[in-house]
Amino acid sequence: MLGQLGEGAKVLAGGQSLIPLLKLRFANPEHLIDLNFIPGTSFIMEASGALRFGAMTRHAEIEHSALARTIPVLHDCAAGIADVQVRNRGTIGGSLAEADPSGDWANALITLDTTVHCLGPSGARSISLNDFIKDAYTNALAHDELVTEVEVKVPPKGSGGAYLAFKRTAPVYPSASAAVQLTLDGDDCREVAIALGCVGLTAIRAKEAEAALRGKSLNEKTIETAAEAARAAADPQPDMRGSADYKRQLVVALVKRAIQIAARRARGEQVEGTHLYA
Amino acid sequence: MPEPATVQQIAVDIRVNGKLYSRTIEPRTLLVEFLRETCDLTGTHVGCDTTYCGACTVLMNGLAVKSCTMFAVQAHASEITTVEGLEKDGTLHPIQKAFGDSYGLQCGYCTPGLMLSTHQLLAHNPEPSEKEIRKAISGNTCRCTGYMNIFKAIELASRNLKGV
Repeated sequence: MLGQLGEGAKVLAGGQSLIPLLKLRFANPEHLIDLNFIPGTSFIMEASGALRFGAMTRHAEIEHSALARTIPVLHDCAAGIADVQVRNRGTIGGSLAEADPSGDWANALITLDTTVHCLGPSGARSISLNDFIKDAYTNALAHDELVTEVEVKVPPKGSGGAYLAFKRTAPVYPSASAAVQLTLDGDDCREVAIALGCVGLTAIRAKEAEAALRGKSLNEKTIETAAEAARAAADPQPDMRGSADYKRQLVVALVKRAIQIAARRARGEQVEGTHLYA
Repeated sequence: MPEPATVQQIAVDIRVNGKLYSRTIEPRTLLVEFLRETCDLTGTHVGCDTTYCGACTVLMNGLAVKSCTMFAVQAHASEITTVEGLEKDGTLHPIQKAFGDSYGLQCGYCTPGLMLSTHQLLAHNPEPSEKEIRKAISGNTCRCTGYMNIFKAIELASRNLKGV
């Protein structure tokens, strides 16, 4: 259908980003193709060491899924997106395809081994999330392609993660967010991924911050060094959510907390962690 | 943008508060417009029209949604509950009664949305903690009450519903 209708057509998933954009006339497609009535596009299942989410799986379904809870970052993220009403409609596939710089899913999932499965007239292909999001509001899909599934590899044993976003109120986008996934060997950090959200055109992998922890003992000093490296990696724009300096400061605090929660979870503790409110 | 010469119409069957509405509508009609203008059910309010305030909250198949952020055609073959659907035979629903008894409203504009968010909460979690109540209604903005009496109303509704 997308091929037939041409460039003026757009697909509608949960609609919680697109419908507000339509109202503002930031988007004015000639045709909207609603994906909501296509059966079999919403599911959560485990297969060969990965969790697979149908593109139309709602945030609320992931929030309440015991399977999704086995990767804590997923629950942290799903349970805090906007509010109950938005989570009942919004979808994981739609959120990734929208590639909003302030969206939650891309930042949380980029710390994990995530693959986006797509389908078009010329067949199916799989794109790693890193390559899927090209720029703000820009994904790697061809015009006549759709996201069908999001696949997240289950992290190894001894790995823990956390996603924290700071919001002024529930329905708004976060002012800043941080996602951390780390693997511990005793107190030593064997592997780590740190990503920052809402402080750049896409989610930012804070490589210097990761290097500050990788292969080192996890302690107050190394966490402090990593958080400061994350401050430098952030590239925030000042807006109504705060000045650039304020957002960098938020990044420092969120990264520190997320590392601490991720480390406790890596050691097997059950820790609550999710979006924080002003 | 030039106006299209003819506006396409789509047939929908939407059950609202138990009554089936089979209508032909423009595809761009929002669910809240359908409820207010086609069904004449004006209890569902439009507050911000930007997916923020939750005044337009209704239940679709038992789940709270913002009816300003859905097209009516997307509710085809669904069951919608608005605030008008809460009372039964002239008797207020326990949630409505609790909001009245606890003074959980002032101007009343946000109240229908809040009561329907409360409905989803209590249907899935009959004894919510204060934290759970806060989370459940965080998508509903009230500019009068300061929320404390709304918490009390939801706690009272939870107690009243257990007695039912």
